[in-house]
Amino acid sequence: MRMQKLAWPYILWMLVFTIAPLMLVAYYAFTSYDSSGNIYFTFEGFKSILSMESTVALDFLGLNSLFGIDLQVPIYINVFAKSLSLALVSTLICLLLGYPAAYILAQRSRKKQGSSFLLFMFVLPMWMNALLRTYAWLALLEPNGIINSFLSIFNVGPIQFLYNDFGIGLGMVYNYLPFMVLPIHSVLLKIDRSVVEAAEDLGADSRQTFARVIFPLSMPGIFSGINMVFMPAMTTFLIPDLLGGGRYLLIGNAIERQYMVSRDYTVGSALSIMLLVFVLASLRVLTRYEQDNSGGGVLG
Amino acid sequence: MFDNIIKRPGISNKQQPTGVRDQGKLADSTGSSHVIEFIDINKSYGENKVLDDITFYIRDNEFITLLGPSGCGKTTTLRILAGFEQPDSGSVTFEGRDLLSVPPYLRKVNTVFQRYALFPHLNVRDNIAFGLNLKKLPAAETSSRIEQALKMVDLKGYENRWVDQLSGGQMQRIAIARAIVNKPQILLLDEPLGALDLKMRKEMQLELKEMQKTLGITFVYVTHDQEEALTMSDTIIVMKQGKIQQIGTPVDIYNEPRNAFVADFIGESNIIPGRMKQDYEVDFCGNSFICVDKRFADEEVDVVIRPEDIQIVAPEGRALSGHVSSIVFKGVHYEMSIETENFSFLVHSTDKAEQGSLVGLHFDPDEIHVMAKSAFSPDIYKTDENGDDSTNYEEGSW
Repeated sequence: MRMQKLAWPYILWMLVFTIAPLMLVAYYAFTSYDSSGNIYFTFEGFKSILSMESTVALDFLGLNSLFGIDLQVPIYINVFAKSLSLALVSTLICLLLGYPAAYILAQRSRKKQGSSFLLFMFVLPMWMNALLRTYAWLALLEPNGIINSFLSIFNVGPIQFLYNDFGIGLGMVYNYLPFMVLPIHSVLLKIDRSVVEAAEDLGADSRQTFARVIFPLSMPGIFSGINMVFMPAMTTFLIPDLLGGGRYLLIGNAIERQYMVSRDYTVGSALSIMLLVFVLASLRVLTRYEQDNSGGGVLG
Repeated sequence: MFDNIIKRPGISNKQQPTGVRDQGKLADSTGSSHVIEFIDINKSYGENKVLDDITFYIRDNEFITLLGPSGCGKTTTLRILAGFEQPDSGSVTFEGRDLLSVPPYLRKVNTVFQRYALFPHLNVRDNIAFGLNLKKLPAAETSSRIEQALKMVDLKGYENRWVDQLSGGQMQRIAIARAIVNKPQILLLDEPLGALDLKMRKEMQLELKEMQKTLGITFVYVTHDQEEALTMSDTIIVMKQGKIQQIGTPVDIYNEPRNAFVADFIGESNIIPGRMKQDYEVDFCGNSFICVDKRFADEEVDVVIRPEDIQIVAPEGRALSGHVSSIVFKGVHYEMSIETENFSFLVHSTDKAEQGSLVGLHFDPDEIHVMAKSAFSPDIYKTDENGDDSTNYEEGSW
């Protein structure tokens, strides 16, 4: 009983700031005004997003730009595909960079070799505002920025780092890497050392111990990390906005522009709902896959 | 009256090193060969010395138990055998060859861990198959060996269970199956029954002993439970504060404890300060008693009398008599405290004396065991156990 009373502020909070906005988005997505200002129910938003009137070549994971395949899709679908490819690639890079980092940190923690300082260095950037951190990258990567100035000493460059996949991918990896390292680190730390010793005892050398015991047991951390990197990478609008110089359209920016520039709430809301459904679906797949691996509910 | 002298076995020194340092298989007086030799092993964690000149031999096919309280170094000794720890000095040989330079995964030993250490991401079958898969055995042999191992631990049909679907006792059995399926030459067991309830523990003790006989391999067993050690072992090594206190058969250790610590740790005992007057005569509690020991002439000694060896008799004409100060019913016997003039005797008897009544105490000469004074003598070693229960693991990497 007491617990239920204590829960009321949170329930109220969720009603006002989560449920109500979602209802509003759903309302806007399916309504529009006619010329005389009357509100009517419509699928126009979704229709215009999926309309084949204006199409481009699908460029999912370099399908068009790298492999030259010409598959015409609606513009917004391509924006979606580009966001998805960047998010996937950034997540993969975060995993490839983050796992060894987490592993080294966990090993140092076990040996009590001052891992807390290293961990602190990883977490430190997270204490700064993401906007500031991203602006700092602008200063570094600009055509006449710090890196290009340095390279010009050797008569190299200027190299175009910004306003392309590289710049945005770099921004995403930089911003989200700690979210990959931390969950993997904590899962690795929790692995019972006697299980690792048992593997050695049964004849596994260090490579086999890693492949057959440590890596499978760290899967919950990997899933959790993927989750925490992929979701924000898929929906970000700040990073493409700054590092893409306003020219680079990802799904986050597309939604922002529909609301703030075009003032087309119907299309903006329809895009939001599509993104929401997609994110929830991929979360579901990830959770399902994790449960199949009997990893335990890190995703809840 | 001194017939008993002949029957008493001498203090067992069979396993004590005789100064032989030859490499190679040694044979001792019993003719068995030593599969493992631990020689002058020292190990410290910082200031804390956990193993102090540990030397002992392990014979082929014996059930040997390292027994002692928490922090006595028994687990560290086992971990050195398994390869998870390196000693600071000393040598360990396996069939005459240096063992310390062999990494754990190449040693012909397998371990049953204290908290099972089963792989939570694998089912029972894959847990047991772990070692066999690494050896890349043919599938048919792997299957038949898994089946045999499961039969051995009485868990046939559990192949597809997950580890978290097993009870503590079942997990313990799977941990044993996972180790023995690899047919190790030596099986190391680190307090494997510690987490089980009493009844299960008793069952498993007998099963383990049976298993050791059937498999015909050496078991090295670590425990702090003296009863477990007495039940299962061929040889017991009693350890305390990183030192070996005594090595011997269960009967030797119980009947002929080397010092007050061993006497107190293995079973209950009355340890009375006394003085050896001459051979076969010892003074304690203000009286002179005939005994069967003849060393320590004119020395301060500790006298051990087991509670079950004391008979309660009528007080008249007895050298020792006292009042019964407490009676506790223990099932098989009554546990009584009897306050004599100088000492409070613990007595186990099936006959009940009346609380507060005056009774006499009687024991035969061969029930008096005389030990040399040691750091553990009750009148010297006052503060027992400062609560240092932490088993010292090195903060190692994996």
